[in-house]
Amino acid sequence: MTSILPTNLSIRHLLLETLTAFAVAAVIFCPIVGIHLNGYDFDLGHLKLALGLALGIAITRLVLALFLNTGVGARLAQHIMDRRQAPVAVAPTTRRLWAHVFVVLVLIGAVAFPFMAKKYFITVLILALIYVLLGLGLNIVVGLAGLLDLGFVAFYAIGAYTLALGHQYLGWGFWQSLPAAAALAALFGCILGFPVLRMHGDYLAITTLGFGEIIRLVLTNWVDFTGGPNGVSAPKPTLFGIEFTRRARYGGTPFHEYFGGEYNSEALYIFTYLLLLITVCIVVYINHRLKRMPVGRAWEALREDEIACRSLGLNHVLVKLSAFTLGAGIGGVAGVFFAGYQGFVNPTSFTFFESALILAVVVLGGLGSTRGVIIAALALTILPEALRQFADFRVLAFGGAMVFMMIWRPRGIIRPVRPSFSTIEANHAG
Amino acid sequence: MTTPLLDINGISAFYGPIQALRTVSLHIDTGEIVAIIGANGAGKSTLLMSIFGHPRISGGEIRYNNVDISGTPTHRIAAMGLALVPEGRRVFPAMTVAENLLMGATPVNDRSGDADLDRVYQLFPLLKERRKQRAGTLSGGEQQMLAIGRGMMSRPTLLLLDEPSLGLAPIIVQRIFQTLRDIADSGVTICLVEQNANHALRLADRAYVLVNGDIKMTGSGSELLGNPDIRRAYLAGA
Repeated sequence: MTSILPTNLSIRHLLLETLTAFAVAAVIFCPIVGIHLNGYDFDLGHLKLALGLALGIAITRLVLALFLNTGVGARLAQHIMDRRQAPVAVAPTTRRLWAHVFVVLVLIGAVAFPFMAKKYFITVLILALIYVLLGLGLNIVVGLAGLLDLGFVAFYAIGAYTLALGHQYLGWGFWQSLPAAAALAALFGCILGFPVLRMHGDYLAITTLGFGEIIRLVLTNWVDFTGGPNGVSAPKPTLFGIEFTRRARYGGTPFHEYFGGEYNSEALYIFTYLLLLITVCIVVYINHRLKRMPVGRAWEALREDEIACRSLGLNHVLVKLSAFTLGAGIGGVAGVFFAGYQGFVNPTSFTFFESALILAVVVLGGLGSTRGVIIAALALTILPEALRQFADFRVLAFGGAMVFMMIWRPRGIIRPVRPSFSTIEANHAG
Repeated sequence: MTTPLLDINGISAFYGPIQALRTVSLHIDTGEIVAIIGANGAGKSTLLMSIFGHPRISGGEIRYNNVDISGTPTHRIAAMGLALVPEGRRVFPAMTVAENLLMGATPVNDRSGDADLDRVYQLFPLLKERRKQRAGTLSGGEQQMLAIGRGMMSRPTLLLLDEPSLGLAPIIVQRIFQTLRDIADSGVTICLVEQNANHALRLADRAYVLVNGDIKMTGSGSELLGNPDIRRAYLAGA
């Protein structure tokens, strides 16, 4: 029989927990909320509010503890814990049809979206898709190959600056820069890859962090070439010489003159969005194939056990470099879209916080899970927009989300699903 | 005399200032089962790993099929027909059994590997049952089978095993050694390093005894099994 009343409850334990919650909350909130700077002085006028908040948290903790001790609560907790224990799943073949239907529906929705939504929403989604690209790129490096890269923003910056500087010095447009940026970022990925091949874990993280900062500082300080903190303007994307600006800037024809009709400022954003959507689809497809190819397997195997890999004849140098290079290339493409969409780049867009955000996308989404990364990227860019009035607390919410994720879903929102090998299954069915 | 399949000639190996192998020489002929026994820290694993260039030897040479491989990069050696089943199994825990096996096919660069998979599943029918299971969820014995199966995926001429009995129940050890016998009968040359001298010597045609990085004794498996010194040092209570 499950009772609604709390069972086997220790009052002392409960009080202790509540007091601890109050103390911790007070320590956090008193300095943040309670103390107000007033010129060179500060006043403690809001201390009551801070203590009130702490009290609220303590009471919530008490109620939660009481609830978890009831039959219903205990079962809920058990359920969550069970989910946490669940191992990596292997994709059952029967689910594939539904997955296909779902993907098609999402794609139809995504294509139709910009023609119905306001410009603002389109720009939000453009940014979200750029983060999807970045997440997918970093997912190869961190999620699949297990190389913790804290300087991924460097490749993003290289991509963005390739478009901007390529236009300024070489007269390149969007389409020349796209492959050039991918190649250049990949090259830098390769250059970074070489010295860090022998490093693992923390050392690798710190080195890549340094690399990210080096790129940003070079962009800031090489004023003659990059414009330094003042930034550079970047060209907008075009379609076979058709431009989406009011007047032709790059020697093409504006969209509204070509097709007739009024100038529509949304057209540029719709075009950028659709282009980005296609790119994301291509990258997702590449990701999907790679996971099933020997190189994808090699990345994962290398993440699991480097010694075993080498004894199996895997060239760990090539495998690691390929992960770095490919991930960086995708980051570069994302950078081109970012610069093209903004029309302007400067080094402040490429700080460490950006790297952390991209890493958060990968970790929250689930290391190695393509679907998870897409969902996390969308969530982490759209939610802050939706909750603009709480913008100051964004990073706090972020940290909170991370902590809760690590407790309840340490493998990410979506558990990575291992592909099952249908060709082999068929051969061995009997 | 024909040239041996693997000829190790006076090799030494160091970990920093510590010498793990002192001018060790041994040879393995085609079709043989050779065991290397010795206590903890005698240099058994170092010997196997140094064949794979990890650590690199200093002095001496390792000739495989009459080619010196002591300078060959580790990943290239596996493609020459040698397979190593590492100590502690080292399967890839998050990957499925089938994926683990396919990783073993890396050196032969086989696109499908279906025939090889079939062969391994015949050796270890249990692996076929568990092919979609995560390797980390297998028991120790099953993981050892998987590690051996993974080694067999590259169709090796010479299979090197590092302590295949480590941490396994006696009945599982028996089954695994029986399978090793089957593998040898199919024409694969086997060299295994073991602390479990009893099992190893029963299986082996020839054996070497390694003490402090030095080969102290050699002979046929049954000879060494009957040797009173060996019985006292390695088979006490067995």
